[in-house]
Amino acid sequence: MFSITVFSVLLVVLIGLGLYLKSVPIFEHNSFWHLITSSEWRPGNNQFGFLPFIAGTLWITLIAVILALPIALLSALFLTEFSKSYLKKWVFTALDILAGIPSVVYGVWGTLFIVPWISEKLAPHFVEYSTGYTVLAGGIVLGVMILPLLISLFVEIFSAVPREFRDASLSLGATKWQTSKHVILRKTFPGILAAVALALSRAFGETIAVLMVCGNLPMVPHSLFDSCYPLPALIANNYGEMLSVPLYESALMLAAFLLFIVVFIFNASSRAVIYRIERKFK
Amino acid sequence: MRLKFIEEKIAKGFMIIASLAVFAFVVNIIYTIFRRGIPALNWAMISQIPAGGYYNGGGGGILNAIVGSLYIVLGSTILGLLISIPVVFYLNVYLKKDSRLAYIARLAFDVLFGIPSIVYGAFAFTIMIYLGMHTSLGGGILVITLLIIPIFIRSMDEVAQQLPKDLLDSTYALGATKLETIKVVLRQIAPGIATATLLSVGRAIGDAAGVMFTAGFTDSIPTSLNQPAATLPLSVFFQLSSPNADVQDRAYSAALILIFIVLVISILGRLITNYFSKHKI
Repeated sequence: MFSITVFSVLLVVLIGLGLYLKSVPIFEHNSFWHLITSSEWRPGNNQFGFLPFIAGTLWITLIAVILALPIALLSALFLTEFSKSYLKKWVFTALDILAGIPSVVYGVWGTLFIVPWISEKLAPHFVEYSTGYTVLAGGIVLGVMILPLLISLFVEIFSAVPREFRDASLSLGATKWQTSKHVILRKTFPGILAAVALALSRAFGETIAVLMVCGNLPMVPHSLFDSCYPLPALIANNYGEMLSVPLYESALMLAAFLLFIVVFIFNASSRAVIYRIERKFK
Repeated sequence: MRLKFIEEKIAKGFMIIASLAVFAFVVNIIYTIFRRGIPALNWAMISQIPAGGYYNGGGGGILNAIVGSLYIVLGSTILGLLISIPVVFYLNVYLKKDSRLAYIARLAFDVLFGIPSIVYGAFAFTIMIYLGMHTSLGGGILVITLLIIPIFIRSMDEVAQQLPKDLLDSTYALGATKLETIKVVLRQIAPGIATATLLSVGRAIGDAAGVMFTAGFTDSIPTSLNQPAATLPLSVFFQLSSPNADVQDRAYSAALILIFIVLVISILGRLITNYFSKHKI
């Protein structure tokens, strides 16, 4: 039992190390800095510029969090501070369903609903023509996908605030909203940041849904209505041909390694924050 | 009316809108998939494997993907349970509450939980190339097992941490060894195991990025662990990338089948969880 436990802990190290070793060959021809700031992507000519993919990932993740954060905060406050228990049951069921929907279904929903909506209704107000397969579509789909995670983390954090804090504030004449604003949100601020970091790292790695709605053109997007090509989509789209072009495999493994490092840092630090909060209130 | 009461009303209004938005998304997603998926749905879809020229509008169905997905989910759930139950038992019975190893292990599982499936897929793929393996059902099962072990351990551990210390003490007082205590512990964390299984089955059946690298895709039903296996999410994805409108319609039906399986599993899971909760003290 001890060895299984230790081995599964070592798995984190193994994955990181394995991906790093596989991506080493590409550093012999390109500096790390050049790789992540160049936007020339011609695998046949040994030119691997990751900038378009990194930019694409950052754009859609940012949009997703901006869209999902207010909805998640408000509904988590509603669930913990305001709502009756039978309402809670309904919302939690909806959240369970939302969390259980496979990402490929989100992708299908994106192509059937969000993409046409953007290209027919929204985009004509701003740009001349857009296919709908855009940064914005990726951001919206991703935002809906991280909602259940964000809300359940927020509910967990808000519930950790002791009853007495609320009672003290309410007995001084504060309304429930004032209590939520000045006591709950302020007390749990580090926890909220940590939860957002967790949701960010979930959004970074989401593959199949964004692959289906982002358009996948390797260029740096300049507006919400441009196509983009996030890192996970790059890996998923090209793994088949990567063995035939030299250094291609190494480049894709570098993409996976970048994802791993970002997710690792975000996860480890935010988990540490959440542990500390839960211990503080115990 | 005082300003703070007006503010309260407005804030509450926004909160209700936000919660309704969550509902609206669920209803909209399910409605959209049903509306587009129902027309092309027929018995052949779920009872036949793809016939020749299926991806150009030929006959047949996606039985290969349904069976492939079920094989992978079944295999990885069993493997995952076999690995994670001993780990949870070790963390909670053998290690002390403030043990350093337990803290690091929990943190590591949290990190593993966050690692995207495409990274697992890429990692497993490099190992498979290194070992000279081809894409296969076995590879798919392995990578999905890696993916769901953190879910298993995290959600079982949550329940196991609530175990009353007195309960363990009473088993020791009756002369049980630590290993024999597992009979009592297992019964107590049974609802946790059920919930964990439910969560991980949901994640396992819906994962596309991990199996894309490792299980491959095929039109036939695999008969051994060495053969490639099709999976439902990938089947949806490949049919949707076809330029043929009929094939795209079938992708929507396949998505409908997938969502149906997921919903059935979650309802069944809820019933089973309630059943197992009866031993809990």
